[in-house]
Amino acid sequence: MLRAYLDNNASTPVRPEVVAAMLPFLHEGYGNASSVHQRGQAARAALEQARAHVAALIAARPAEIVFTSGGTEADNLAIWGVLADLPPGHVITTAIEHHAVLFPFQELEKRGWTVTWLPVNAQGCIDPDDVRRALTPSTALVSVMMANNETGVIQPVAEVGKITRAAGVKLHVDAVQAAGKIPIAVEDLGCELLSLSGHKLHAPQGVGALYVRRGTALRPMLYGGRHERERRAGTENIPGIVGLGEASRLATAERVTSGERLAALRDHVESAILEAVPHAAVVGAGTRTPNTTNICFADVDGEALVISLDLQGFCVSAGAACSSGAVDASHVLLAMGLSPARARSCLRFSLGKQNSTEEVTALLEVLPGLVARLRELSPSWSH
Amino acid sequence: MSGGVDSSTVAAMLHADGVPIVGLTMQLWNQRRLAGAPGMPERSQGRCCSLDDVYDARHVAEQLGIPYYVVNYEERFERDVVRNFVDQYLAGETPIPCSICNTSVKFDQLVVTARQIGASKVATGHYARVSQHPESGLFELRRGRDPYKDQTFFLWGLSQEQLSYALFPLGELDKEEVRARAAAFQLPVAQKPDSHEICFVPGSDYTAFLDAYFAEQGKAMPDSAGELVTADGRTLAHHTGIHHFTVGQRKGLGVAQANPLYVLQIVPATRQVVVGEEALLYCAELTAREAHWISGTAPSGPRRVAARIRHRHPPAPAWAEALPDRRLKVVFDTPQRAITPGQSVVLYDDELVLGGGWIEAER
Repeated sequence: MLRAYLDNNASTPVRPEVVAAMLPFLHEGYGNASSVHQRGQAARAALEQARAHVAALIAARPAEIVFTSGGTEADNLAIWGVLADLPPGHVITTAIEHHAVLFPFQELEKRGWTVTWLPVNAQGCIDPDDVRRALTPSTALVSVMMANNETGVIQPVAEVGKITRAAGVKLHVDAVQAAGKIPIAVEDLGCELLSLSGHKLHAPQGVGALYVRRGTALRPMLYGGRHERERRAGTENIPGIVGLGEASRLATAERVTSGERLAALRDHVESAILEAVPHAAVVGAGTRTPNTTNICFADVDGEALVISLDLQGFCVSAGAACSSGAVDASHVLLAMGLSPARARSCLRFSLGKQNSTEEVTALLEVLPGLVARLRELSPSWSH
Repeated sequence: MSGGVDSSTVAAMLHADGVPIVGLTMQLWNQRRLAGAPGMPERSQGRCCSLDDVYDARHVAEQLGIPYYVVNYEERFERDVVRNFVDQYLAGETPIPCSICNTSVKFDQLVVTARQIGASKVATGHYARVSQHPESGLFELRRGRDPYKDQTFFLWGLSQEQLSYALFPLGELDKEEVRARAAAFQLPVAQKPDSHEICFVPGSDYTAFLDAYFAEQGKAMPDSAGELVTADGRTLAHHTGIHHFTVGQRKGLGVAQANPLYVLQIVPATRQVVVGEEALLYCAELTAREAHWISGTAPSGPRRVAARIRHRHPPAPAWAEALPDRRLKVVFDTPQRAITPGQSVVLYDDELVLGGGWIEAER
């Protein structure tokens, strides 16, 4: 029995308005946007309207938006699209990127590229001056996330953008956790590429977008058709794209009010937990997205706490899921200087539009008792 | 839940009985870690915590409609089980990682997690029986009803507290009955073959594992090359490392003799591997370290027991006696073949498991 879904950085419920916008394209709107006939034209019109909504969300031009299957594809298209034709050189990213950026950069290392992994301070934030210092004449790409998925900490991307622009180096921004939550204007960021994902902003899974600044050369990863201005082949996922478009439109329209409401609710859940649970502390308490808090419960096995909460109907997350579904210590928290034991005792609470104060109250009814039980039966228990 | 037929059937049986249960799979070893190293398979093929097995366990849990989670014990498993396994081979012993895993991980860390998430018992697919004595209140461990599947050989290290949390629903069943029940429950794993190898050692090729593990740690495998000698001290040949040998081994000695030769003893200090004819493999006496008595109390003076030195071997009549420093001495009525250091000796009184210890090298 679900009592509160507090894992919206993993995925969000699709908003009813978004479902309503999508439904016609699961029924009569099945046309192929590339077709000549009117069914196809209707699909094309919906595609372009969605493109305009997504562009408006990040203050870009519609022609600069490429629809993808999600954030991971957008990140990969940005990275490989820029680097695929180049001989191995130098690239820069951060130690706290999502796996969708982290793993491609690890793959680049295997292929002979030199990668600078920018460190973060104890608050989980990079120093733009580190980018300046790391730049070399052979630097081909800088990739910095806008907001971290585990802490919500917002990175100084605009300052990085000034540096990369001055150096003539391309900047990619993974804005998957930022889009729809905080204002984004691609010109202010000074980036050439920016990724976002539908299911983090109340659109469905399986759709995302990459912003490609006008004039930026991008080698496609998929071949097979002239879709998306020859940057991403394949018949467009019209229902998903329409969903992303509608979610973007709503997010643009409601951003200020919805952001303030989320921030107030987040601050409420955070202070209530810190008050009710001894030896709990917020990790990465700098400037954050309004919906995220990451809290360390000293001497608690985070994995067991996630399971205990789930059995009580509360969905939260800890660390990073490995392929089996077990939890690994988070590379983000380790990069912030936490010990592995402490990193394993942190839980992420991430709110969405649907969450209410009543849900927070319900959480607070069970959380202190569960933490106490876990501490009593600490892993140091041994026969 | 390992994803195998035994633990899957346990889950189905308890669920059918209306017991509220949570399925847990232990993630013990990252099979990709050593994949592709020399002598190791290109892709993960180990059994115990492979993704295929997790998939099977998850599928069963989903079919039953029970909550299910994978818990990450990789660090603990490497520290307590894998390192021990490696060290024992380097010390010329033949380890049994499954027993250590039961005592140190399955009935330690897993019991902790189970209690932390609010469970009162941990049910496993072991073929063994546990009960509480009505008068003494002590927990007793008995052999599983199926003599071929009985797994008490790997459970002798459990303490009273550990046994108090253990539930072995398969103890009264034989394997055929378990498979029949799995089929009746329409479990997708009803026909899945049993696993026999050590879960983290693909294809049972432990020497390849040792090499790959040391290479991964950036270390060279310690050199333990030495001589193959006869019991009376004659050198027959050179060998490339004592970890290639186990007591009782006949194949792969690299010497041609009229009579077949067997490994009698491995002497780590001199790196000598002593070989001889089969008759010399028989010995009536052994000592064991880290002796454990299930009741919590060592018997005073020699006790009549049936002792097992190998899984699936019939227990042999013997006298057992506790020695100082948690050691144990066992004297068999008739000499036993290939008593192997590093393996367990497990003591029984008929079906009751009294305890056991780790067989020591001759001193």
